[in-house]
Amino acid sequence: MANGTIAVSEKSFYEESTNKYKGILSWLLTTDHKRIGLLYLYTISGFFIVGVILGILMRLELLAPGETIVSAQTYNTFFTLHGVIMIFLFIIPGLPAIFGNFFLPIQIGAKDVAFPRLNLLSWYIYIIGAILVLISLFLPGGPIDTGWTFYIPYSVRTGTNVSMAIFAAFVLGFSSILTGLNFVTTVHRMRAPGMTFFRMPLFIWSLYSTAWIQIIATPIIGITILLVIMERAFGIGIFDPALGGDPILFQHLFWIYSHPAVYIMILPAMGVVSEIIPTFARRTIFGYKAIAFSSLAIAFVGYLVWAHHMFTSGISDTARIIFSLLTFIVALPSGVKVFNWVATMYKGSIDPKPPFLWVMAFIVLFSIGGLTGLVVGSLATDIHLHDTYFVVAHFHYVMFGGTGTIFFAALYYWFPKMFGRMYNIKLANWGVALFFVAFNTLYFPKFILGYMGMPRRYFDYLPEFTNLQVISTVGSWLMGITMIVIFGNLIYSAFRGAKAPRNPWGGVTLEWHIQSPPILENFHEIPTITREPYDFSQLEEMKDDSK
Amino acid sequence: MTQSNQAVAAEHHVHRDDVGAKMGMWLFLFTEVLLFGGMFLAYAVYRFQYPEQFKLAALELDTTMGTLNTIILLTSSLTMALSILALQKRNKFFSIINLLLTIFFAFGFMINKYFEWSAKFSHGIYPGSEELLNKQNGEIVFFGLYYIMTGLHGLHIIIGIVILTFMLVFLIRDSITHDNYVKLENSGLYWHLVDLIWIFLFPLFYLIH
Repeated sequence: MANGTIAVSEKSFYEESTNKYKGILSWLLTTDHKRIGLLYLYTISGFFIVGVILGILMRLELLAPGETIVSAQTYNTFFTLHGVIMIFLFIIPGLPAIFGNFFLPIQIGAKDVAFPRLNLLSWYIYIIGAILVLISLFLPGGPIDTGWTFYIPYSVRTGTNVSMAIFAAFVLGFSSILTGLNFVTTVHRMRAPGMTFFRMPLFIWSLYSTAWIQIIATPIIGITILLVIMERAFGIGIFDPALGGDPILFQHLFWIYSHPAVYIMILPAMGVVSEIIPTFARRTIFGYKAIAFSSLAIAFVGYLVWAHHMFTSGISDTARIIFSLLTFIVALPSGVKVFNWVATMYKGSIDPKPPFLWVMAFIVLFSIGGLTGLVVGSLATDIHLHDTYFVVAHFHYVMFGGTGTIFFAALYYWFPKMFGRMYNIKLANWGVALFFVAFNTLYFPKFILGYMGMPRRYFDYLPEFTNLQVISTVGSWLMGITMIVIFGNLIYSAFRGAKAPRNPWGGVTLEWHIQSPPILENFHEIPTITREPYDFSQLEEMKDDSK
Repeated sequence: MTQSNQAVAAEHHVHRDDVGAKMGMWLFLFTEVLLFGGMFLAYAVYRFQYPEQFKLAALELDTTMGTLNTIILLTSSLTMALSILALQKRNKFFSIINLLLTIFFAFGFMINKYFEWSAKFSHGIYPGSEELLNKQNGEIVFFGLYYIMTGLHGLHIIIGIVILTFMLVFLIRDSITHDNYVKLENSGLYWHLVDLIWIFLFPLFYLIH
């Protein structure tokens, strides 16, 4: 696997461009997957910060019963925008578009993705979608207030800018589809010689499964959104009960996409975990094939559980029982993964660096989120907990505690490779600890509140909920401080950090064989793969190479 | 710097993978099928819910016009396939003629569609019209679906015309040639899909009474 190792470091992709321009244009017109990955990183992180600020404002409003800082209508637009931004602009594109773009070609030993120009187009479509969201805020009528689920009939009746905002979601979906088909084609066509499917790193397996969900599920939300826009514009009657349409059909179509979409969010995160644990346990992954196939199983079964969002919407008992059963089945492959990760660590020589600590936080938070998922996945308990804070807490534990945590884990794992610099390890450790405390302070009270009957999306609450609401709001302030620590450390280090070596963590997948940051075409010559992805016996050899 | 950048840029685009390009196109077509699939699902749901009213509403559609458009689209798929075949046999002229015919048929389809929709409009049947709102719910939904599904299909025809026109220019300028025609082939795949969707729309709206 040694690829003509050259000790002197060469021009990185920062210094060499795919086009003839310099400066900002060389970035805006680049077809280099690494630069596109970074473009996504900057834009997605920006929107993440906006989403966080909206979240903190919502928590501030809930500090005391009654109106605290904003009106009820403003609160409605806050939670809608928080949802739309976090889901469509941050968490769905997050891991695949940033880290998938940057590392998918490198990890399979390719120079770029299959369609580099399409890749850049996907970024531009993402930007157009984002701009449409921003425009919808300022048009007459005011920002969208339907919640991110756009449920009919309210989304047809409300006077706010629903059409523009959901059209933005349509455009963002198009970007997601193009990224997905690019990745599937890349995995099929661009693998290096000897890189068989079962020698691919597990991050690639997860991206591959995710890309399939993006291709299969996203068109459904596309057509659903178009139908809502048409319904608003022309009154075609497909969803509007007054004209003979069926609002439940909207919910079905919406969740046929939006449930698989949660696997678009979580699968790449699981892939990152499967990368980080072997690296820091210095041990090959336990149950490689089980993890690889469980990704595909989640992608497949995850497509068939959508109606568990509709247990109280008025669907038949038979349907509810079947969907509840399927929901329990989808927990199995997730469980397979968690057990394999823990088994990998057993008797490993663990090196608790920040990325590994992030993964530990992930396993705890995601397990809480996953197990409470079973509570709302079973019919009888869901009737009690549906549309309460319990669901909000569950959702944030799996999405923010799951994918969000791994977003930071991936950032701290691959930062040296992407930017060629190291960050402050001690401060990074503090970041994880602070995050864990802030997260649980912020969201755990919501489980209790939900169980006590606090409904989600309410602007006001009964006085007996005050204590827990205040704790949660304090948690949101802690979370704000944590974000400053986490991002501050990285931003400072990107400019002032010590130069990163080729392989700071002792990883063995292909990205650790090349220089940090990589050269324009990643490899001097395409490597020939002869080993399993997590074969740590090559680590000694790699140390010699990098000298 | 600029010099070496250009050299790198040139090298960067040499990579050519026709199988990969076609795979990407098939995946895209798959998403198109699912996009229309959502609407076919809605059609199935409402056909089941309002069988009698759907029958009644379908009688208002002009089967002759629909049949004519079906023939036009099927023929255009033939000329599309002939255009690719001609290019493979190195007959550029015949390929251009067939591509022109395909674009011609596409326009024919749209013109026919225009007359068909105008006739409906002049009878006061369009979404939100008083005439339509006085009808039963099932009929309102039928015409809602009719306009949305054939409208979105028509939009795909228009996009197809744009794509095929680009292909025509590429063909004339020799950037599509007998040994590098994957763009034309992919456009052909798209065109056949648009045709295929019509093949399902036609009986569902015009023929089932």
